[in-house]
Amino acid sequence: MGAKAEVVQPIPFKKNENKALGISLQDAMISRVYMIVAFTALLLGGFLGLFQGLNRAGLLELPHWLNYYQILTAHGVLLVVVLTAFFTIGYFYAALSYNLGGLLPQVRKMAWIGFAMKIIGFVFAVIPILMNEASVLYTFYPPMAASPYFYIGLTLIVLGVWMCAFGAFMNVAHWRKQNKGQNLPILSYFATAVFVLLFFGSIPVAIEVLTLIPWSFGWTETVNVMLSRTLFWAFGHTLVNIWYLTAVSAWYVIVPKIIGGRRFSDTITRVVVILLVVMNIPGGFHHQIIDPGISQPVKYLHVFMSLAIAFPSLMTAYAMFSVFERTARKKGGTGLLGWYKKLPWGDVRFLAPMIAMIAFIPGGAGGIAQTTNQLNQVAHNTLWIVGHFHLTVGTSVVLTFFGISYWLVPYISGRTLTPKINKLGVIQTLIWTAGMLFMSGAMHWVGLLGAPRRTSYTTYFDNATALSWNPYLMFLAVGGTLLIIGVVMQVYAVFYLMFRAPKGKTEFPIAEAEDKEMKTPYWTERWGTWIVVMLLLIAMGYVIPLVDFIGNAPPGSPPFKTW
Amino acid sequence: MKMHRSEIIWLTISFGMLLGFMLITGYQTFALGMGPPSNQETIDPQKVDQTAPFDNPGLKKVGEKEYEAVMTMQIFSFNPNEIEIPAGSTVHFTLTSKDVVHGFQVVGTNINAMVPPGYIQKISQKFDKPGEYLVLCNEYCGAGHQAMTMKIIVK
Ligand code: HEM
Ligand SMILES: [Cu+2]
Ligand SMILES: [Cu+2]
Repeated sequence: MGAKAEVVQPIPFKKNENKALGISLQDAMISRVYMIVAFTALLLGGFLGLFQGLNRAGLLELPHWLNYYQILTAHGVLLVVVLTAFFTIGYFYAALSYNLGGLLPQVRKMAWIGFAMKIIGFVFAVIPILMNEASVLYTFYPPMAASPYFYIGLTLIVLGVWMCAFGAFMNVAHWRKQNKGQNLPILSYFATAVFVLLFFGSIPVAIEVLTLIPWSFGWTETVNVMLSRTLFWAFGHTLVNIWYLTAVSAWYVIVPKIIGGRRFSDTITRVVVILLVVMNIPGGFHHQIIDPGISQPVKYLHVFMSLAIAFPSLMTAYAMFSVFERTARKKGGTGLLGWYKKLPWGDVRFLAPMIAMIAFIPGGAGGIAQTTNQLNQVAHNTLWIVGHFHLTVGTSVVLTFFGISYWLVPYISGRTLTPKINKLGVIQTLIWTAGMLFMSGAMHWVGLLGAPRRTSYTTYFDNATALSWNPYLMFLAVGGTLLIIGVVMQVYAVFYLMFRAPKGKTEFPIAEAEDKEMKTPYWTERWGTWIVVMLLLIAMGYVIPLVDFIGNAPPGSPPFKTW
Repeated sequence: MKMHRSEIIWLTISFGMLLGFMLITGYQTFALGMGPPSNQETIDPQKVDQTAPFDNPGLKKVGEKEYEAVMTMQIFSFNPNEIEIPAGSTVHFTLTSKDVVHGFQVVGTNINAMVPPGYIQKISQKFDKPGEYLVLCNEYCGAGHQAMTMKIIVK
């Protein structure tokens, strides 16, 4: 019955166990190292976040050798690029290995080369940040100009990600050749989608950065500010949606297994994935709703493009409720809300992603609201936005990742989840939830009152309005303090499960589809077609603005170092 | 792919809701003229001081209770850094940046616009309630970003 009982029963680990069931040591090593980097980034980034929160509340004065914007740049890069990218790649490489009968030797090699490129790139990017030569935040809008090495580092990171994407494509292609006419296993299907988006989504930022490198070296004189900004958001928005899609994969595939049920219709799941892939990149424009240089009709078209992406998420909402309902009924739950009692709330592998999903209800609703033009004007660049993405990325995505870690880390380490760590995880989840309620709640509220984002502690020369924000900022600091406790517990759990937990066998929890008797139509596998559709939609969204920004460009801007 | 009736109902409602958002946004933008600031004029960002009207920034009366505020934004200040108008006036802001990207936000109103160098941004607002309005830069622009502010006094 309860999935909880299953977690806490360590199955004795036998050295000569059939390898087909477990993961090969070489494949496991890739995912383990990626996880170590991801959670180290969480630890560092979390502390920087705490410093920011305390500073904004006026509780912490930063030393002059470490300013707010330097910290904010590092916090953004560590958490929304490093933590998420390394987790996603580690998780999906484990899934590919599990689903497709192991990674090909050359794919493993590519994963390691990609790893090295990302780490070298990261070092290149971090040194200028530490030296205060790149306090440009993770969006690095020109004409603020960082040290060229910052941009070179970013380029290497992108190339490293591409390496991993190509590796995934090769493994998938190999499997398809050997299993003609079959549908790709579902988690590998999600992985393919994620790597397709990672590749195409980072092309715009690669182009941007390639224009910034010669400019920051002084080899070219000026840069096209609006073109850069637009290329950045075509990437930046896609990136956070990729992390979301990664979390969604666990909601559809893993969570049903953990509660002892079946997953939602395989065909509809794949349709949701396709929709999320083809409609994603044009959504980036909603970051530029109050920019000049783009006509109102074009902005209106983009309201459509941004709202469209909400549709597959609403499909997901239905799918999740349907799975909970059915599973609980099978276990004897009755009544309208009877399912609620039949779910394994004490199992962190369920609790964390469940709260993540619940957080996406207000998170998604806030997103729908702020993407419509006039409401955006109220929220843009206020702390509301920061509240929004700590709810969506910082809670929906990150809590799902935490939930995954409690079985994935033991799985790739040949260990098991102990009842104690399960309990630690449950408490961690509750602390994280409370912390985000305080922090994100306060950010949303004070943002509506007008408090700007990306601004260190200020009263605007004792302005009465600005002073009235202080009580809310205090709540922000309280939330941040709770969160850092959560960060420390989570990182401890990951390292314990990797190096100290009892040895044993952990299952890779993939649920069977409720309609597994029916063959999923093969058109869902036509990635070539979906990529063409995606490119057409991107063209619809971006050709007019890009032509305009290039064709009607004002004289460009020279580099500025304003910090 | 079999869909349940309840799923079809749910998705129809979802679709209707999104369509509703579209229609309201469209109505506000095109019928009520409430669209987001989207001016398309450009300017040489390195010659702002020599280019009209920014060679002479300040508040200009253009009609009965109607003003144009020509303003430049630069690290870390607004020029002019204070304007005073009678209650009930409408102000048309004409803005540009002399260096990096700035943001123009008037707390307590819906004024919120990005001001990247090279573009002339425009936004209008009627100020009915007397008082002192806090104006701030809401796009990170450098080490003094948190001090970039000005006032609008409505009498
Ligand atoms: C200990 C937990 C955390 C705390 C205390 C925290 C706190 C903060 C604060 C105070 C800000 C800056 C507000 C501003 O001045 O604009 C911020 C920005 C940000 N945070 Fe967090 N945060 C935490 C965790 C996370 C996580 C888990 C993520 C994402 C996975 C995240 C992503 C970001 C991003 C992307 C920014 C924006 C950076 C920018 O505007 O350039 N944070 N955080
Ligand atoms: Cu976005
Ligand atoms: Cu600023």
